[in-house]
Amino acid sequence: MTRTNYDTGRGLALLAMMERIRAFERQAELAATRDKLVLGAIHLSIGQEACAAGIMQALRRDDLLLSTHRGHGHTLAKGADPAAMMKELLGREGGCCGGKGGSMHIADFGVGMLGANGVVSANITIGAGAAHGIKLLGDDRICVDIFGDGAINRGPFLEGLNWAAVFDLPVLFVCEDNEWSATTRTADMTGGDGAAARAEAIGLPVQRVDGNDVEAVADIAGDLVARIRRDRRPAFLHARTFRQEGHTYFDPAAYRSQEATQARIAADDPIARHRETLQAAGVAMAELDQIKAKAEAEMQAALSVATAAPFPPDDSVFDEVQDIGSPAEEAV
Amino acid sequence: MPVMTYAGAALQALREAMIADPRVWCVGEDLGRGGVFGQYKGLREEFGETRISDAPISEAGIMGAAFGAAMVGTRPVVEMRFADFALCATDELINQIAKARFMFGGQSRAPMVIRKPMGMWRSSAAQHSQSLEAWYAHIPGLVVAVPATPQDNYAMMRAAIAADDPVVYLEHKDIWLNEAEVDPEEPFTWGTARRRHAGGDLTVVSWSNTANLAAEAADILAAEGIAADVLDLRSLWPWDRQAVCESAGRSGRLLVAHESVGTAGFGAEVVATVVENTSLTCPPRRLASPRSLVPYAPNLEDQLRVTADMIADTAREMCR
Ligand SMILES: Cc1ncc(C[n+]2csc(CCOP(=O)(O)OP(=O)(O)O)c2C)c(N)n1
Repeated sequence: MTRTNYDTGRGLALLAMMERIRAFERQAELAATRDKLVLGAIHLSIGQEACAAGIMQALRRDDLLLSTHRGHGHTLAKGADPAAMMKELLGREGGCCGGKGGSMHIADFGVGMLGANGVVSANITIGAGAAHGIKLLGDDRICVDIFGDGAINRGPFLEGLNWAAVFDLPVLFVCEDNEWSATTRTADMTGGDGAAARAEAIGLPVQRVDGNDVEAVADIAGDLVARIRRDRRPAFLHARTFRQEGHTYFDPAAYRSQEATQARIAADDPIARHRETLQAAGVAMAELDQIKAKAEAEMQAALSVATAAPFPPDDSVFDEVQDIGSPAEEAV
Repeated sequence: MPVMTYAGAALQALREAMIADPRVWCVGEDLGRGGVFGQYKGLREEFGETRISDAPISEAGIMGAAFGAAMVGTRPVVEMRFADFALCATDELINQIAKARFMFGGQSRAPMVIRKPMGMWRSSAAQHSQSLEAWYAHIPGLVVAVPATPQDNYAMMRAAIAADDPVVYLEHKDIWLNEAEVDPEEPFTWGTARRRHAGGDLTVVSWSNTANLAAEAADILAAEGIAADVLDLRSLWPWDRQAVCESAGRSGRLLVAHESVGTAGFGAEVVATVVENTSLTCPPRRLASPRSLVPYAPNLEDQLRVTADMIADTAREMCR
């Protein structure tokens, strides 16, 4: 693909972030399957890196983000420390949630990442509310709220979008549509024309994007974010992507054709596509390979650090429950 | 000291908190006109529609959005209208609000007051009458408030708004107009029972409107020479195990009375705790609603009601 005035700097940064996400996910997968160090389920975002990298590059560090059970990539792209994230996956001390949350509750409030969520769709009303809070406090941050295509069939989708619309809130809803709701094809379970049509019916401005084209995602997210920051009103982005692996790391995805999946990966891997763009723009293959190698080394190191970290102190299980009537102070 | 109604006391407390802290705001259905029971009367005029915010009929949305706003540093007071409707926002309350601080390793807090008017209110029938306080006491992360008097509704509302924890705030719908003097300076500490009547013959533990009935029963009993120690728990989490065990240990007799269903109710928790920690001279008793549903017809509704007379009768039997 040739682009005029191609911004090679941004292109390389997008590639670097996608490579970091993929390398993080591969290390997380190894930690789970080879090392048996991740005990809970992890939901990998391999194949969906372009959404995370493209959207997050448009945000400021103090903007807010909410995500789903498949939130590692979003969190990393928002600026979280991969070693703290990996420790969290392994349930270790120093994990970004102190080893209490794990993969599905990954969060780093320091970079505005207000949490992944283990309950599908629940983050949609909460994200609208975070934007409501921003509005009440009167600052110029915005909130991005990412969910899957399966989430649009639960009530919080309607309630959250309507909420943002009636209160004029600075929130970008992103449906990261990977076609699957766990082991079921979302289209088979969805009436009407799906996410974008529903958002339009509520009156949100809607953009659609090829979510595996990181440059397109970055362009559209850049526009939407700038518009939301200026107008303080919600918008909706429908990004089509593809989940390359199973729903969780131990799901072999036997419910879909392996050949079709392989063909899809060969044609539509966001990283391979973006490497072609960069090569066409004149970047040397060696430089691209170096970016990948660097990302892999970083994430291998993150896993080593996490593996060496101790488990949290036993009595921390009673911390951070509540102040009033805290079990940490209870002596029954 | 000013005389206030139960509803008016909480309204005054809320008003003062909103004046003191601009981050406090209220959100729920029909708040602009003062709330279903007038608990927000006049606040829209005073604080504007941004801080007294009318919400769509979206209980999950109200609860979830208020939580999001709490995470970024505001202090929402969430109105659920009837405790029954809060069930539409169960995930938001129990899976999100109660757990966020813990799951995120202390990065997040949910300083929220979640108001859920509860209890039987003549002929409101099964979907507008429930008392589910035991459910919330069961959930780690939540504080559970069950005020019974104007004084407590004032002081506890102030404390709930000031708290950095999520507080499930259960006001009883049948006593909005009860009047009493309120001392705004009287301190309140979570998990401290109020002694509504002093005595050494038996210990009666109660909360919410049933505590008022227990106090009435104690007056009846006192005239007959039976001295009841009536403890109004005021909050069910945390709750005053020390005062209850101390009193029951002294009197040797424990009666727990509450309006909600007895089966797996909070009364069972009280009895178990006392039995584990003290010795009683007669078996402890519970008075509560049978495990049925609240009906519409008044005579049927009365079949489920715990009354002051029933408390007095049971106390007499126990002291015989
Ligand atoms: C309320 C709820 N129902 C069911 C589940 C189990 N579950 C976890 S992920 C998932 C599929 C979600 O699909 P989608 O929203 O498209 O996200 P994706 O996994 O594709 O990223 C399901 C059903 C859940 N976590 N929460």
